[in-house]
Amino acid sequence: MHKKLNGRVLAGLVILSVVLLVAMLAPVLAPHDPYELGIPYLRPSAEHPLGTNDIGQDILSELIYGTRISLLIGTVSALTVTVVGTALGILSGYLSGWVDRVIMQMTNVAMALPSLPLTIILVAFLDASVWNIILAICITAWTSTARIIRSRVQQLKCLPFVQIERTMGASGAYIMLRHILPNLGEIVFVRAVLSVGSAMLTEASLSFLGLGVIGQKSWGGILHYAFFRNGIINGAYWWYVPPILCISVSVLGFMLLSYYGDGSAHGRDRKEKGNA
Amino acid sequence: MLIEVQGMSKRYRPRGPLVVEEISFAIDQGETLAIFGDSGSGKSTIGQILAGIYPATAGEIRLDGQKISYPLRGHARRQIQILFQHPEVAFNPRLRLIDSMREPYRLFRLPYTRQGLCDYLERYGIYEEHLERFPAELSGGELQRLALARAMLIEPSFLVLDEPTSMLDVISQAQIIHLLREIQQERQMGYLFISHDRVLCERFCTSICLLKGGRLEDPWRKSDA
Repeated sequence: MHKKLNGRVLAGLVILSVVLLVAMLAPVLAPHDPYELGIPYLRPSAEHPLGTNDIGQDILSELIYGTRISLLIGTVSALTVTVVGTALGILSGYLSGWVDRVIMQMTNVAMALPSLPLTIILVAFLDASVWNIILAICITAWTSTARIIRSRVQQLKCLPFVQIERTMGASGAYIMLRHILPNLGEIVFVRAVLSVGSAMLTEASLSFLGLGVIGQKSWGGILHYAFFRNGIINGAYWWYVPPILCISVSVLGFMLLSYYGDGSAHGRDRKEKGNA
Repeated sequence: MLIEVQGMSKRYRPRGPLVVEEISFAIDQGETLAIFGDSGSGKSTIGQILAGIYPATAGEIRLDGQKISYPLRGHARRQIQILFQHPEVAFNPRLRLIDSMREPYRLFRLPYTRQGLCDYLERYGIYEEHLERFPAELSGGELQRLALARAMLIEPSFLVLDEPTSMLDVISQAQIIHLLREIQQERQMGYLFISHDRVLCERFCTSICLLKGGRLEDPWRKSDA
């Protein structure tokens, strides 16, 4: 177990724990109401540690509340994408034949679509609500998970322990759930964790383009206003640098967490020790 | 005859080459037929078709005189089992061995008690402490004995042995062969022994066939020699 929790994973866990705590305790941690108007363009000070924006809103409070929307969209999208991608990958890889052909054709079509422009079009046509943004992110994001899972399942189903189950008459559903799925644990986990980071980046991009959730603070949204209301031209670094750092550090946290379980298998470490 | 194979052929892809071409053989109770040949000659394919893992492209298989078809059901599913070459992947690496050993009980609705399983496994040199481990924590010989024990749990009448000793050390090989002989004498089982080791085939089997390019040559019976 201790091998799975290496330094990189621990660093990722620390980063993500902080992000999660900030999101949960936003009303307690935020020094001001993020929607409260005040004196614009204040530089960082004791009262406003990260200064204020063009309408005098406290940027630290905006950032703290922005954590919630980024994390919510990131995790729900990743969960959906992982469940859909894993289920389709298992069905495609294990059942083969026409099921595989249909699922892979769907995957190829979805992969050929330019994901960001499609997401932008979808969000532009639908209301820019949290759930529509999640839907728009999920429509193309499941494909790579499905392809990777399918390849692994094709390998697994040829292994004797699966073939013996078939010889003993186990049903396809039983084999997929009891024997295939647990052996995909590490891949599914890595795909899920990386998907969170990817979904957070997409959400930030959408918000930066002004297609984010209306009426909610988000990191991409802060960047959007910093750019379109001349914060960057005016050199208001306290306005645009913190959201960039927040997005990067959070995505880095998920990247580091994806190293969990690197090179481990039940008992292998103990066996190697025993042989040494 | 326990098992009769008539004109069996196999191709994996619709217009692909025939891996196995119109082969016929029969195995009676208490007999062991060896099929030996080079790598890629189609030996394992024959075993996997008989075990119901893949369907044959052509030909027919009879068990106790009754035609069986893919996927195996009912009587045939219970009567035919297989032992593979690589014991380290014969068990789900994510499950403790006790859970893997419970699978036949679950799938065939056999009455299970932990003590009953432990008593049964003693014959195979496997003890309770082994069952709490994961497959990677046992040696190849131990795993192969456990795989044989699992196959025998449902009391099949025919066993496909797909190079069951080729990955084992000499002592483990001897243990497996000894167990297989004992079981065969007790239960008059039929074996299909797939191997590329001619010497082992001659010592262990009652008849031997050479498989070359997917075609089976006439069997050579030891009793005729």
